Amino acid sequence: MGSAPTVTGECVQAPLQCLTPAGELAAPLPPGLDANRLVEIYRWMVRLRAFDSRALRLQRQGRLGTYAPYSGQEACQVCSVLPLQRTDWICPTYRDHGAMMVHGVPMANILRYWRGDEWGSHLPGVYTLPISIPIATQCLHAVGLAWAARLRGTGQVAVAYFGDGATSQGDFHEAMNFAGVFRLPVIFFCQNNLYAISVPLARQTAAPIVTKAAGYGVAALRVDGNDPIAVWAAVSQAAARARAGEGATLIEALTYRYGPHTTADDPTRYRSEDEVRQWQERDPITRLHRYLVHQGLWDAASEEALQEQVKAEVAAAVAEAESLHPAPTDIFDYVYGEAPWYIREQRREVLAEARVGEGGGHG
Amino acid sequence: MAKLTLVEAVRDGLAAEMRQDPRVIVLGEDVGVNGGVFRATDGLLAEFGPDRVIDTPLAESGIIGTAIGLAIGGMRPVAEIQFMDFIAPGHDQLVSHAARMRNRTRGALTVPLVIRTPSGGGIRPPEHHSDSTEAVYCHYPGIKVVIPSNPYDAKGLLIAAIRDDDPVLFMEPKRIYRAQRQEVPAEAYTVPLGKARVAREGNDCTLVSWGAMVDVCLEAAEQAEREHRWQAEVLDLRTLNPMDIDAVIASAEKTGRVAVVHEAPRQCGLGAEIAALIQERVFLYLQAPVVRVTGYDVPFPLASLEDVYLPNVRRVMAGIQKVMQF
Repeated sequence: MGSAPTVTGECVQAPLQCLTPAGELAAPLPPGLDANRLVEIYRWMVRLRAFDSRALRLQRQGRLGTYAPYSGQEACQVCSVLPLQRTDWICPTYRDHGAMMVHGVPMANILRYWRGDEWGSHLPGVYTLPISIPIATQCLHAVGLAWAARLRGTGQVAVAYFGDGATSQGDFHEAMNFAGVFRLPVIFFCQNNLYAISVPLARQTAAPIVTKAAGYGVAALRVDGNDPIAVWAAVSQAAARARAGEGATLIEALTYRYGPHTTADDPTRYRSEDEVRQWQERDPITRLHRYLVHQGLWDAASEEALQEQVKAEVAAAVAEAESLHPAPTDIFDYVYGEAPWYIREQRREVLAEARVGEGGGHG
Repeated sequence: MAKLTLVEAVRDGLAAEMRQDPRVIVLGEDVGVNGGVFRATDGLLAEFGPDRVIDTPLAESGIIGTAIGLAIGGMRPVAEIQFMDFIAPGHDQLVSHAARMRNRTRGALTVPLVIRTPSGGGIRPPEHHSDSTEAVYCHYPGIKVVIPSNPYDAKGLLIAAIRDDDPVLFMEPKRIYRAQRQEVPAEAYTVPLGKARVAREGNDCTLVSWGAMVDVCLEAAEQAEREHRWQAEVLDLRTLNPMDIDAVIASAEKTGRVAVVHEAPRQCGLGAEIAALIQERVFLYLQAPVVRVTGYDVPFPLASLEDVYLPNVRRVMAGIQKVMQF
């Protein structure tokens, strides 16, 4: 059994693993992770897997628009959030709506978003930015939020989510540089799932992602991203460092998405079935399940109850999301705090058209 | 009241608003110790300290992107982009995020950010220091675009921009940074965004303009009166988005003859927008087609040919003649 993972100023290239794919502890449980917490992590991962599977089916049925699945990355989605406080900021990508739900975003909001309804991103009181579609741009927002937190003395931490492809973008490097220079309480959480749509890691970088931190004076840690305990330990330590004024941390979590980049691409064109199968053997949910069962913390009855509960929860969220529709005038009402004359005019045009449409309907 | 130049009024506006709102911070390249390359932030570091006047790494996307986070996080950042031409690397942050955040979140998150940037030509600078790309940013929904033409407006518009809850691109016509001194009140006051100013009254034709071109228009208007007894009205838009449509239409209706004067390139410029708005709304009042007097559709030239590019009094006079003698 090795030692607990430690975030250091040096680049650690061997991924830290606390829980083996067989469900055995490879390191002592980090402080703060007790049986209740482990069960909570497990419940969240199962809930997120169920959501993702349902969302994919909804997309195939034409009930969701293009959707970005995260199945396989649940350890990252759950354990990057649970060690945080509710008032810490997360800055997600389009693959991190799992993390958003763990941070407090209702499932129905996530479904509304992917149904093409901007009310899905109306999240007052939840400390998350809306998902970022442009790549790596949100890394700078996290830095700015961390900066504001320090200037205002709120003690908040900000987490930037991104993938391996984002490390090719300038904004990733500018964000790391600002965070290093100003020693800001930010966590750069890279889910390295080996592909940016179809382009493999080798075409994004010639050096391991974790090594990039050294050039910016940012601490770094590489973890097994399919190991919920390792991710939890890494993020909780990075958050503690940030709150203690020790600056930013880059976490490179090695993981894999089972599905396509989005429902618009076909991963069989760029990945082998064998590769997917190998990663499925390291599945984060199976792994924690084995451990919990072995510890006597989980059994078939509790699994059945959880599956039923989650199924009902997702079904209720789908029903809610499908019952809600934005008003046509919504496109005009949030562009500016006070709509300029031209938007007011165009809004009137749309209202007039709607009235004509209704009039026609009544003959 | 102190008599200030435009750039001093900018500095005065920043200081006045920083004194009364601790959320206001200034960030950018060289804004601290050096006081900005044009001295627009001179003395602010000494008064407000390094937590509020921040020399950043040289990275425009970094400056605008972190300022977005700062703004969402409860600050009122005023980011300086040293020259408008250098905004290109930060364009993605400005248009993909600052401009859209309110709309994307249905008002849950706003970005009360001001980006100050010296704009336009006329000071014989090196390459990549003279652009005036206001039309680009007026085309993106969610950003306001403001440009003062005198010291009093510069201070009042800047404070209004800082207090505005939406992102504002604040263009400073560097050619007239020190062109005139004007009495500017010491306290923090505002000049409302979205309201034009009649810089000169007249009944015969209208010159619609902004920034450094307002002075050129005023001079041309004097010459038109001297030489032809034509009374040209000069309208200073002050805010380019949202434009003061009522002021433009009222003046076009009154004179029936309009020339739009801007130093940015002509194609898809704001002159085209203003001409279209006028013909859509007051076509029957027009005595002549709306004329555009603008920079040419070429990259801004180096110093030796700068004067060929920039509209001057002679070119504005030709525009006036065109609308008067149609």
